Amino acid sequence: MTVINPMSSEAGTTLSPVRVFFDQVRTASEYVIIPLLALAVTCILFSGLLLILGQSPVDFFELLWRGGFGTPFSWQNTLTRSSPLILTALCVAIPAQLGLVIIGGEGALVLGGFMAAITALPFLGWAPPAVVLSVMAIAGVTTGAVWIGVVGALRYYRGINETISSLLMFYIAIAIMNFFVEGAFKDLANPNKPSTKSIGDANMIGKIPGMDVHWGFVVGIAVAVILWVLMNRTTFGFAARITGGNIRAAKAQGLPVGLLMISACAIAGGCAGLAGFFEVAAIQGKANASLAAGYGFTGILVAFLARQNALAAVPFAILLGGIAAAGGLIQRRMGLPDATVNVLTGLMFVVLLVSETLYGRIPLFKPRES
Amino acid sequence: MSDLPISRRRLLQTASAAGVLGASSLGLINPARAAGLTIGLIYVGPRDDYGWNQAHAVAAKALKLVPGVKVVEEENVPETVAVTKTMESMIELDGAGLIFATSFGYYSPYMVDAAKKYPKVQFRHAAPLWSSKDPTNAGSYFGYLDQAHYIDGVAAGLSTKSNKLGFVAAKPISSVLSNINSFLLGARKVNPKATVQVIFTGDWSLPVREAEATNALIDAGADVITCHVDSPKVVIQTAESRGAKTCGHNASQAPLAPKGFITGAEYKWETIYKNYADTLAKGGTLPNMMAGGYDLDFVQNTPYGAGATPEAIKAADAAKAEIKAKKAYYVGELKDNKGNVVIPAGTSYAPYAPWIDSINFLVEGVQGSTT
Repeated sequence: MTVINPMSSEAGTTLSPVRVFFDQVRTASEYVIIPLLALAVTCILFSGLLLILGQSPVDFFELLWRGGFGTPFSWQNTLTRSSPLILTALCVAIPAQLGLVIIGGEGALVLGGFMAAITALPFLGWAPPAVVLSVMAIAGVTTGAVWIGVVGALRYYRGINETISSLLMFYIAIAIMNFFVEGAFKDLANPNKPSTKSIGDANMIGKIPGMDVHWGFVVGIAVAVILWVLMNRTTFGFAARITGGNIRAAKAQGLPVGLLMISACAIAGGCAGLAGFFEVAAIQGKANASLAAGYGFTGILVAFLARQNALAAVPFAILLGGIAAAGGLIQRRMGLPDATVNVLTGLMFVVLLVSETLYGRIPLFKPRES
Repeated sequence: MSDLPISRRRLLQTASAAGVLGASSLGLINPARAAGLTIGLIYVGPRDDYGWNQAHAVAAKALKLVPGVKVVEEENVPETVAVTKTMESMIELDGAGLIFATSFGYYSPYMVDAAKKYPKVQFRHAAPLWSSKDPTNAGSYFGYLDQAHYIDGVAAGLSTKSNKLGFVAAKPISSVLSNINSFLLGARKVNPKATVQVIFTGDWSLPVREAEATNALIDAGADVITCHVDSPKVVIQTAESRGAKTCGHNASQAPLAPKGFITGAEYKWETIYKNYADTLAKGGTLPNMMAGGYDLDFVQNTPYGAGATPEAIKAADAAKAEIKAKKAYYVGELKDNKGNVVIPAGTSYAPYAPWIDSINFLVEGVQGSTT
């Protein structure tokens, strides 16, 4: 979090370092306490809904805890589900810093995964796994970058709304993948589920030692850290955020707004493409319609919950991964439909967005006047 | 899991429920029993989709009535690592001893890997994919729905006035093509003038395109509509609202079309599921492959609706008897719709012939293209 030194120089110089420290803690804690408060409100509202349905909130939240976080098995389940969400959330969070709302990350994920799967084909059988995987990763990231980069370019050069175009391009991405997977790249060994040829077990990315979670999770966190540094500690990030604040002011300052927009979109698409690469290289082993599992869309939710902060995307991805992991247990034990956990996440989304209005309004979090 | 009958949770639950809900919320949690068999069912979509998933859910409901069997269900599980985790969770947290993975894409690598990881748990998958290379605690079960589509065709052939039948299909793959062909052959058996026009939507669940396809078929003169998509709900409702008659697919859609429903091709997974539960209860071993059609009661037709004419009912009942006797309806000489002879004169393929499983053409009388 950006912590602004609470006292400007003209307000006096009598503050002790201890006082400054506490003021910093106070202002920073706003970003932790308000989301926690929002989560608590969500839980209360959702409990009311459960009571209306004649279900026990105590059971629900206990199952939510047990299914998502309560046992080592649950943690594995949660982290496995959260790893693609970190990357797809970044696909939303990075352009959002420039004021661009990209919701078509799923398209970049699907095409990135597809391109990763097919570029591997000429290398199968003779190249070592490291080479195959590197080629695949490059293909996946590049494809995703180009796919969302185009959205940024359309926005900058033609003024086309990036939200709509990225969503529509998702449908195009699915159509492109289906066209090739059911045509030129169809593996004839699998006639009833059109897929590309499998990359083979030897080329698959393994699990993190001692866990049932693949390396995509670690890479996701690393990318989140790198992008947080990029957006918050570099001139690129600074310029990007200026553009997000006021595009005319940014242009007046001589900032390369078009380049910033397109590169932020390309970075975003690269993240989603990387998620697609991991989906193929660590899970599916091939590309088919199952690549569109909705990670790109859940990523939007994660990014908004994280208030478009790259680092905060990690815990929120884990939270949503945990809710998804527990969703199954809740369905099975309470006989509730799958939509129940969707209602919970939807409610959480709305409450968190509403809670944004609280920032800067609670005196407790303001630095004390001397 | 240490799911003791009385636990802190029970106490908390009782306390929280008291005064608000009374005793009605008690018993919502059914802890996995140590004795008896817990069966986990996994669906790719919602259980009430009027289609593939509902057909399995109906069977799950019947399975719950079997003494000593507890059923746990999870819906909307995508065909990715999520299904691995669902299977593991059913085994680890619910104590499942038998898993039914009901969607095609669950099989490889997910179910195969889970079967390797949990050799004491039995896994069965609803498509004929198991081979002897796969783990022996895994297996496949399947129903030959094309046999029931043939009956649909017979009933449709005598319920149509325009002699034009419409078929909304997902993808031009073998299992879909054999249903379309069976429907046409059934219709032609009783009505040589019948034709079937097919529109492929391109995917298993595209409600908007399914509605468009249905409308287009009716606009082109079809007065009986059937389909092979995951959830026939949209197709049947659209056709009913346009005044066309309908034949169903996967599960019963009779309630959706009180005026025009003729009959429908339905799976009867209940037969298979109960068979498995019985076998395990008696300490037997489950077969790795279990497939069948009408004669084994693995598929059935929905009870006739208002759209079926008396002649249609009579002819369809007669055709059911023939199918149960395994009478061939793929009889040469048979041409595909491009004019190539696909079955020479004198040859025929009875139900269950492997030839039927690899069909990659549409027979003469079907208007449409596989490419």
